[in-house]
Amino acid sequence: MATLHTVNKSPFQNQTLISCLGHAKAGDSVLLIEDGVYGAMSGNAMSEVVAGMGANVKLFVLGADMKARGIDAARMAGGFTSVDYEGFVDMAASCDRVQNWL
Amino acid sequence: MSEVIKKFLYVNRKAPYGTIYAQEALEVVLIGAAFDQDVSLAFLDDGVFQLTRGQDTKETGLKNFSPTFRALGDYEVTRLYVEQESLDERGLTLDDLQDIQYEDEDDDYAEKPSIIVVSRARMGEVMADQDVILSF
Repeated sequence: MATLHTVNKSPFQNQTLISCLGHAKAGDSVLLIEDGVYGAMSGNAMSEVVAGMGANVKLFVLGADMKARGIDAARMAGGFTSVDYEGFVDMAASCDRVQNWL
Repeated sequence: MSEVIKKFLYVNRKAPYGTIYAQEALEVVLIGAAFDQDVSLAFLDDGVFQLTRGQDTKETGLKNFSPTFRALGDYEVTRLYVEQESLDERGLTLDDLQDIQYEDEDDDYAEKPSIIVVSRARMGEVMADQDVILSF
């Protein structure tokens, strides 16, 4: 009964990622896409918050959107797994529902 | 007419008027209500501002769509989940929100409140219980 949550906003712009992590259930997957990928970076003001609130969910980031923004894989925070578009589709197909946090 | 009834949740996280999201969500809810599905709405974060009393848009030239929430019961949309924490963070209480009711046809058309205030944890459970989630 797992949900795939997608977040497409930077956590420095608004509270969308925080709200998503505050509602996701243990075992859900959270995939950061578009400007959401800034939430997957290590060493910034949001890193600890994301790691703490995301401890019970599986964290993913869309690699293409990181590359597009010049975020090196080495800057990806621990706990995140990078996926490609095929991986995104597989996740959407295998979960029970998708919730897009806008 | 669909044979399978699915649970649809419309998630509202934006304040009214600043963007078109809130008004569009309501349009989609009304259109979707024609399909005899199990529909409920969720209001969290700035979405709770959509339900406040006393909205008056005259001087802005925008359409005041807040009265439409009170008509949802006629479309058999009778569950509006509102998140307690989101109200608290914004200094709002249930008294600041419109009185939204529906007539329960299984109970001699008694008028009952549509707004259900839930905790953030409970809201997460409501979301996890859906077949389809549409976000605005």
